[in-house]
Amino acid sequence: MNLGYYPGCALHGSSNDYEQSLRACLGALGVTLSEIDDWICCGATSAHSLNHKLAIALPARNLALAHRQGLAEMFAPCPMCSMQLLRAGQAMASDTRLRQEISTIVEADVDGGTSVLNLIQVFQRIGLDKLKAAVKTPLKDLKPACYYGCLLVRPPTVVNFDDAEQPQSMEAIVGAVGAKPVEWSYKTECCGAGMTMAKTETVLELSGRILGNAVAHGANCLVVACPMCHVNLDMKQRETGEFLHTKFDLPVYYLSDMVGMALGLGAAELGIDRHFVVGGKN
Amino acid sequence: MSRIGVFVCWCGENIARTVDVEKVVNSVAELPGVRCAQHYKYMCSDPGQAMIREKIAAEKLDGVVVASCSPHMHLKTFRRTVAAAGLNPYLLEMANIREHCSWVHHDRDQATAKAIDLIRLAVAKTRYDRKLDPIRVPVTRRALVIGGGVAGIQAALDIADSGYEVVLVEREPSIGGKMAGLSETFPTLDCSQCILTPRMVEAGQHPRIRLYTYSEVESVDGFIGNFKVGIRQKARYVDMSKCTGCGECSKVCPLKRNLSEFDYGMGMRPAIYMPFPQAVPARPVIDKKVCAKIIRNGCGLCEKKCAPGAIDFKDTDKMVEEQVGAIVVATGYKLYSIGREQPSGKLHGYGEYGYGKYKDVIDSLQFERLVSASGPTNGELKRPSDGKIPQKVVFISCVGSRDNAKGMPYCSKICCMYTAKHTMLYKHKVHSGEAHVFYMDIRAGGKGYDEFVRRAIEQDGAKYYRGRVSKVTEENGKLIVRGADTLAGIPVTIEADLVVLAAAMRPADGVAELAQKLNVGYDEHGFLLESHPKLRPVETNAAGVFVCGACQAPKDIPEAVAQASAAASKVAVTFAASELTREPEIAHINEQTCAACFACVRTCPYHAVEKAEIRARNGTLIKYTARVNPGLCMGCGTCVAVCPSKSADIEGFSEEEIYSMVEALA
Repeated sequence: MNLGYYPGCALHGSSNDYEQSLRACLGALGVTLSEIDDWICCGATSAHSLNHKLAIALPARNLALAHRQGLAEMFAPCPMCSMQLLRAGQAMASDTRLRQEISTIVEADVDGGTSVLNLIQVFQRIGLDKLKAAVKTPLKDLKPACYYGCLLVRPPTVVNFDDAEQPQSMEAIVGAVGAKPVEWSYKTECCGAGMTMAKTETVLELSGRILGNAVAHGANCLVVACPMCHVNLDMKQRETGEFLHTKFDLPVYYLSDMVGMALGLGAAELGIDRHFVVGGKN
Repeated sequence: MSRIGVFVCWCGENIARTVDVEKVVNSVAELPGVRCAQHYKYMCSDPGQAMIREKIAAEKLDGVVVASCSPHMHLKTFRRTVAAAGLNPYLLEMANIREHCSWVHHDRDQATAKAIDLIRLAVAKTRYDRKLDPIRVPVTRRALVIGGGVAGIQAALDIADSGYEVVLVEREPSIGGKMAGLSETFPTLDCSQCILTPRMVEAGQHPRIRLYTYSEVESVDGFIGNFKVGIRQKARYVDMSKCTGCGECSKVCPLKRNLSEFDYGMGMRPAIYMPFPQAVPARPVIDKKVCAKIIRNGCGLCEKKCAPGAIDFKDTDKMVEEQVGAIVVATGYKLYSIGREQPSGKLHGYGEYGYGKYKDVIDSLQFERLVSASGPTNGELKRPSDGKIPQKVVFISCVGSRDNAKGMPYCSKICCMYTAKHTMLYKHKVHSGEAHVFYMDIRAGGKGYDEFVRRAIEQDGAKYYRGRVSKVTEENGKLIVRGADTLAGIPVTIEADLVVLAAAMRPADGVAELAQKLNVGYDEHGFLLESHPKLRPVETNAAGVFVCGACQAPKDIPEAVAQASAAASKVAVTFAASELTREPEIAHINEQTCAACFACVRTCPYHAVEKAEIRARNGTLIKYTARVNPGLCMGCGTCVAVCPSKSADIEGFSEEEIYSMVEALA
């Protein structure tokens, strides 16, 4: 399977461990990723809080590039990117005038026909049966709390993916590779996201709830599919513990780490050795 | 040549301000067929009507045109006027020069010209008007009431007490409906069962009410005064005539752990059960989906224990037919189904509240059962998960109501009141408890209603937060409710023991199918349509079919009862005459030219056109033809439009009349 690949800023920067994990895991499953040539930022939170047209034009240019490069499907591993790409595509599909205007702005004919996939959808596309068959070391000791965060499933009208309040798709994937996901309460709560720069305490409080609830429901690790969530839950985990006068020791894996480990890939190959929380220190 | 009189009304200033009535009269007096033309300040007044009557007599008029307001306003008035002067009332036409002319135009010259045109059309039509007589149909003086909740019971009793027989059909094993399961009712806190069960018994024992419980209306044929109704009596597996209602069968039944429908899953019942002790009829029913004898020929203990031998495992559904003259629909409501599983893709539910995931998140009807003296906990409020008495309860209103994104756009009307009642009932049972309510607005219009809500807040200490709840989660056995207090501008987190969701009211299941059988309209949410929201609130567009209760719109008990009595009085009005008269402006088929293609039979929305045979005196078939049933035809004209041989026509709006109007305009 060949997929267009839109890494977004995080995967080429602070979260390059996520990209390493993706390339290792998907490569082992026979998926090739063709990075969109000359891609630009999706606009993230900044663009749509400042300028509506900019927030559509930035992702629209990436959609146009994918189309020009003959890629019908584009994998965007960051949920913020995939949501912005989807939103821009939908806005233009429902408004011809806007589409023409944006096409002029980005100097490319925005077709809007490129479909956008998140990481879970990529695994679904590969097929759970195929995943099961490829497992070499089932993760039978792992009891992950699958954490979707805000944007994988929201806004439901835009992403149109799984149940916005009680999603189950990630559980199905980690279950297929032998782990025993726990049912817990905070799978779609916010981790604090970009507030990590502006108002760290808010993030520590919100992330603390997520970590605490996962532990309370018997999880021994967290699974995420978002670079930002990983930063807040992994890198900030020690600080969160100190802030709440407690101690967490909960490894935070990308969904591709889980699948990769089950496929027999090592921690160094997947970039897990670069995570902050190693686990098992308590 | 016709002798038509034209009477132009000023309507005070309403018409005369914009239309030069003097000029109109002078102009239309010249039209062919017009004998005389007059104007007057108020044609609908007594002197105005007297003028019309005098002219009819003096000029020997054979047609009248009144140019005034909409026929909706005064057609009946002027028909009576001309009838009083001895003219057939269907020889009167109205030209609407108010709503269609003076009210919507400014330019006096143009408005005057248009008024003249409108009258010219009416005159042209009048020349082809024929004398018509009202249609008379006989009446079966028996009524069918569908639904045995409080509205259906009230309607049935009122009709029966007026001296007419009633057939009352209820699909559950007992009548009583939702109200039978309520604890106490707002705003007086009187016990729901205490006020309802005497009415249920009365309905069950009334000599003129025939009760069909555990039954459903399967088919409806016929028309006002003459309905034929097919009723399916579902297999009960208990012979109602032999059973004494002793209840021994339920005691011996070993399969006791089935979720009770009456308790909305808050309690259990055996496989053979009466929904509740005061059920009417007090006869049990066997749940064929769980009974071991019916499924695999096992058990059979109840049959052995039953002294009168009333158990009949071989029972089957029975079809019965009833003849009635009028139908009252009182099928009631159900709650919006909260949570992940949704009946329609449109309703995305409220997964964030954890209904169906956390045992202690319940809906409002389930709460009613938990605080009801007849409920599974005998009125002691114990939460479903562990039976503990909740010390903090959060009530969330508008779950599914007034929510265009995930629920229904309408207000369910009763939730504000019953939520206030719930907080009171809770505080009366758990004095140390805290009741927290999240609301959007408090809508407490009604006699004693706002006072009731104030009492809940001020005397019983319910804490109200104006704002929504974003999420309910569970931690250490507590339900963490996160919401906003938008008046204080702060987020609120409450660690609750029980969460009660005031789910939106929706029409009961199957009401759309029933409405189609009855030819009654329904809105996009499935609520049945009344024929006029203000002036004909219980009638429907199907003659002889009336609605009451929550099947028409969300409403509380007093309103449902009032509407039921209104529907009953409309039934009594229908039955007051020995035969019914209907407007004669209906379709008729020219059977000589009908080619028997039956396009009209297939397209008629009222099923009023039938296939018929024309036979010679010796019985040989001459031809097939379509034939209009005058009792059913509503005069919509669809058959006229589809008839390829131009054999269908509408009396009073014949093609001849319509074309004459078009020609007059040309």
